[in-house]
Amino acid sequence: MSRQPYIRPMSKTTWYMRHGRYKVYMLREMTSFLVGFYTFLMIFALSALAANSPDQWNAFLASQQNPFMVALHGFALLYFLFFQTFPWFKLAPKAMPIQLGEKQLPDSFIVIGHYLAWVVLSAFIFWLAGVI
Amino acid sequence: MTIAKKAVVWGLFAAGGTLTAFVFPALMAIFLLIATGNIPVGLQFEQIHGFAVSWLGKACLFVVLFLSLWHAAHRLRVVAHDFGVRKDKLVANAVYLVAAIGTVLTAFYLFSIN
Amino acid sequence: MNFRQIDLEVMRYDPEKDDKPWFQQYNVPCEHDWAILDALNYVKENIDTTLAYRWSCHMMVCGSCGMMVNGEPSLTCKTFIRDLPDKVRVEPLENFPIERDLVVVLDDVMEKLQKVQPYIIRKEGDPPPQDQEFEQSRGALAKYRQLTMCINCMCCYSACPQYGLDNNFIGPAALSLAHRYNLDSRDQGKSARLDILADHDGVWDCSFVGACSEVCPKHVDPAAAIQQMKIDGAMEWWKLKMGFPGGDA
Repeated sequence: MSRQPYIRPMSKTTWYMRHGRYKVYMLREMTSFLVGFYTFLMIFALSALAANSPDQWNAFLASQQNPFMVALHGFALLYFLFFQTFPWFKLAPKAMPIQLGEKQLPDSFIVIGHYLAWVVLSAFIFWLAGVI
Repeated sequence: MTIAKKAVVWGLFAAGGTLTAFVFPALMAIFLLIATGNIPVGLQFEQIHGFAVSWLGKACLFVVLFLSLWHAAHRLRVVAHDFGVRKDKLVANAVYLVAAIGTVLTAFYLFSIN
Repeated sequence: MNFRQIDLEVMRYDPEKDDKPWFQQYNVPCEHDWAILDALNYVKENIDTTLAYRWSCHMMVCGSCGMMVNGEPSLTCKTFIRDLPDKVRVEPLENFPIERDLVVVLDDVMEKLQKVQPYIIRKEGDPPPQDQEFEQSRGALAKYRQLTMCINCMCCYSACPQYGLDNNFIGPAALSLAHRYNLDSRDQGKSARLDILADHDGVWDCSFVGACSEVCPKHVDPAAAIQQMKIDGAMEWWKLKMGFPGGDA
């Protein structure tokens, strides 16, 4: 009998549409666009600050105050929370197994630890910024 | 023994991912507040300029931006690959170049804040 | 006797007759506690003896019966019709070439499993104890025990999109196997394995999709193993750069 193995084609551009878990993965990875955007937004803010004068800085602040930015930041915050922060915390135990004798520290300890640290750190940032 | 250069970028990516996961939501919330016109006290010129003048402030800002830049760069490279872009070397060079430019700009602006 | 009628849609491919695979429908009266493997065996015995597929133990330890069931890489002896709708599509494992019907070509992964040197490696001049047991505490065993559960069913390779996009990627099972030995207290072979793992087709091709761990029928968690190896690999790079010997030298 002659062999003729058949290789099923896999679309390199739309493979993720095959299954829900792949779509969620792509949405997760696309938070990198947000990271890039906010990083350059902050660099832009730094450039305004580097003029060392209130005028430039206030002009920057003014440029941020419009409904489009409100929608963008609102959307970005929610998207980032649900597709970066929360998944990152959920996956953290996989990368850092902590063994105690014969047992392993339950994943929930590590995840809850991350959430606590996140709340504390966010509170600290808000306090620094004068939000609280 | 050769270890692929990817080890380095991955390290930066992982550190950046951890940092952004923890820190970005708060930062985005602050941007949201600014956009709605509620400028937090710490974002007024005197406060934030004072923060950025201090060496501690510069260090914090640099670390956050540096790790975020390289996290985004490496991840975008992977995203491009996942979307079927075949030219990995080209994409890698492009994203890391942008991250390098961002790093230089960050350092330059931070040094200029006096 | 109550039977449930299941409509099986099974991928067929005869390399001597077909240009490409096609689907054949079988209507199977299933008992309520059946697994899909039982339905396939019914087809083979009563409807169509030409259907080709692999299976052996029927108890989730041999790893032979991996197939796609409604698009999900599954062990067909562990996938029960009580958890499935009336229409079930059965295909050969994704990301592998089809040999015939539901049988796939596994040569690539067999080679990869061997590449990671999956055995205890001792350093020169430091052999294992010759005249007594090679003792290992329960705690030391616990470190890697879960990774020993792999039955080489290759469902993880089917689930892994990175392997699908580029089959040079060494893949989840091979990497988990390497990690199993690296974590074994009796092993001293980490540096010997490092070249394969640290290569760009090694751990770095993984983008932590996590599908491998989701589909693994033995809960080996290859995704976790790979992330741990990435952290390890990144630290090895720094150790080398700072002049420390790599691996476990």
